[in-house]
Amino acid sequence: MSTMQAVAEPTSARAKKSKFDYSQGPPPVRINLTWCKTCNICIALCPKKVFDADQDGKPVVSHPDACTQCAMCWMHCPDFAITSNYR
Amino acid sequence: MTTTAESVAEQRRSDVHLSYLRPHKKFPNLWCPGCGNGIVMSSLVRAIDKLGLPRDEVALVSGIGCSSRMPVYLDFQALHTTHGRALAFATGVKFARPDLKVIVITGDGDALSIGGNHLIHACRRNIDITTILINNYIYGMTGGQVSPTTPSGAYATTTPFGNTEKHFEPCDLAKGAGATFVARTTVYHTPQMDRVLADAIAHHGFSFVEVLSNCHTYFGRLNRLGSATALLQMFKEKTTSVGKTEESANGKIPIGVLHRDLETTELCDEYQKIVDSLSKGKQG
Amino acid sequence: MSRPKRQLMMGNQACVQGALRAGLRFYAGYPITPSTEVTEGCARELPKTGGRFLQMEDEIGAISAVVGASVAGVKAMTATSGPGYSLMVENIGYAYMIEAPCVIVNVQRGGPSTGLPTKTSQSDTMQTRWGPHGDYTAIAVAPSTVADTVTETIRAFNLAERFRTPVTILLDEVIGHMQEMISLPEPGEYQVVDRVKPTCPPEEYEPYGSTDNFVNPMPAYGDGYRWYATGLTHDAMGFPTNRPDEIVVNLDKLRRKIEDFRDEICKVRADWMDDAEFALVSYGSVSRTALLATKLAREAGVKVGCLQLQTVWPFPLAQLRELLQDCTAVIVAELNMGQIVREVERVAPPQARVHSLLRYDGEILTPIQFLEKIEEVRS
Repeated sequence: MSTMQAVAEPTSARAKKSKFDYSQGPPPVRINLTWCKTCNICIALCPKKVFDADQDGKPVVSHPDACTQCAMCWMHCPDFAITSNYR
Repeated sequence: MTTTAESVAEQRRSDVHLSYLRPHKKFPNLWCPGCGNGIVMSSLVRAIDKLGLPRDEVALVSGIGCSSRMPVYLDFQALHTTHGRALAFATGVKFARPDLKVIVITGDGDALSIGGNHLIHACRRNIDITTILINNYIYGMTGGQVSPTTPSGAYATTTPFGNTEKHFEPCDLAKGAGATFVARTTVYHTPQMDRVLADAIAHHGFSFVEVLSNCHTYFGRLNRLGSATALLQMFKEKTTSVGKTEESANGKIPIGVLHRDLETTELCDEYQKIVDSLSKGKQG
Repeated sequence: MSRPKRQLMMGNQACVQGALRAGLRFYAGYPITPSTEVTEGCARELPKTGGRFLQMEDEIGAISAVVGASVAGVKAMTATSGPGYSLMVENIGYAYMIEAPCVIVNVQRGGPSTGLPTKTSQSDTMQTRWGPHGDYTAIAVAPSTVADTVTETIRAFNLAERFRTPVTILLDEVIGHMQEMISLPEPGEYQVVDRVKPTCPPEEYEPYGSTDNFVNPMPAYGDGYRWYATGLTHDAMGFPTNRPDEIVVNLDKLRRKIEDFRDEICKVRADWMDDAEFALVSYGSVSRTALLATKLAREAGVKVGCLQLQTVWPFPLAQLRELLQDCTAVIVAELNMGQIVREVERVAPPQARVHSLLRYDGEILTPIQFLEKIEEVRS
């Protein structure tokens, strides 16, 4: 999965436009807020800083266009609280 | 809802693990927010799904400890046994029913301390069982005591002045005892973990996978190593792919498949030969 | 019908023959005097019948493998002696908690600790009842002849399968190592009980739900039920629970499953008890001597009766209460420092004094010792 290598050293956070166009379809990922334990892993690990934390610390998809579907978030969620709408 | 192989296939990869959650079992899991056990659980499910194993033929056996609470959440045969004895129970399951795919979920305390004797013998026998040792360097369930993998000098509730003992290298131990597939990965390197777990489960013989995992609640806190994400970053920086020789690799922990032996015969196969020969009446 | 083939057989080997007839498919053991012949016998015989044998790294491994094989769907057994049984009790308790049928043979030897490995004893009797921690309920059977060892082993398996629980066979070094001429029962001459399988669709299966006799149908692995078992106190689905109401339901189920069905379990053999003034109570190898002493006393005109406990646990309280009701004295004979005497005292009628005839020097009680005790009690 080529996108995996790109994750290792992101050149500049959101310079490269992701090849997914979310304006037409659903957001890049959906979050199960009841299962999310606000552990902050997804927010911290996302190479494109797609998430911001709400006042409870839960992830909010605030920069969807930057999402490259690299899977770092949902592969690292210990509580299965994130799933991609595209992969 | 019964989940069939077809209904799983057309689902996307990112939520395939949702379809493996045990019906009627409340979720999310009981682990601390950010615990690596949950990451291993999703990776394990993806590995099993990738191998296309029928659920009825998979048996998860675990001992006692945080990681051993995993089987209750997954829709396979599940046996949550006593502290340190998962591998002995699993040996009984597998040897009585070689048709089953048996996977043991255990931790550094469960497998290397009280369960050490069963681990080395299971390796020696090369029985076709996959053991996933989730190494979080501490006893998490009981509140942060030192474990056989806690580094020297590190703090735990039972080493308040620093651990004076040396730790096991689980993969060396397993290889030395006879395991024919040995690998190490971390909860940071999830794509690698998916691959390594699938390889381990597919391997015919005793497979041992050490997964470095974060216990920020106890090991992290008692040693001021920070949050879950800090430990995940540490696993990223402190490890290197096995086989790398350049300068930056030395002093780092190698991850990936460390040992693979396809020659050594497997226990159930060898015993079956005896049973078959006796049934044909060759031997008196 | 031709005379059944009689052959000289050792008690430990008879145990193997009984297990094979009961449907034994998996044995895991560890060498320990005086039970090793059971392990060796299974190593030889099991593969011939398509079964499987494993010598494990220790007794904890042995009982664990047995319980693993049991939940996977086959009848399983191990054999040991006192020191090994002590190592096994935690996982015997685990088998009790997850309701996994299995059979544990304890060929008792002198204790405590290493004790007298080659000498006989019955000093593990109370451990069999109270060994596992927590409110555990034991089932233990005890043959007193090599021929009985075959039938009691079959009964032990049937009880394990019927009640989905661990059953202990209490042998001792004498029964285990003695040899007697016996004829092995042919198929059809004995009954074999198998665990009940579920018939409901998997989605409706409650592994530990309530049933009329507290015993749940038990599928084998691979049958499509994918059930979860844990040693944690659990609810109807087998999931761990801390809710007080569910805890009581779980523990009551485990206890009443056995206690409410004592009539199917408790077996006692009574000889000359109808008009007995004095009753000899014993089990296992001691009952052989007690029977002889009873005959000798009867010949001397003394009204002695002989009561042999074929089920030691649950203790046959009802049978004893009835059988001892007219006795003036009860002599409880055992090869230890007094264990089943405590149970007899609980049930002996008020007019009957309970005496102990004990031997714990590694040797067996002799008929003369019985007769002397009877005389002492009569005077």
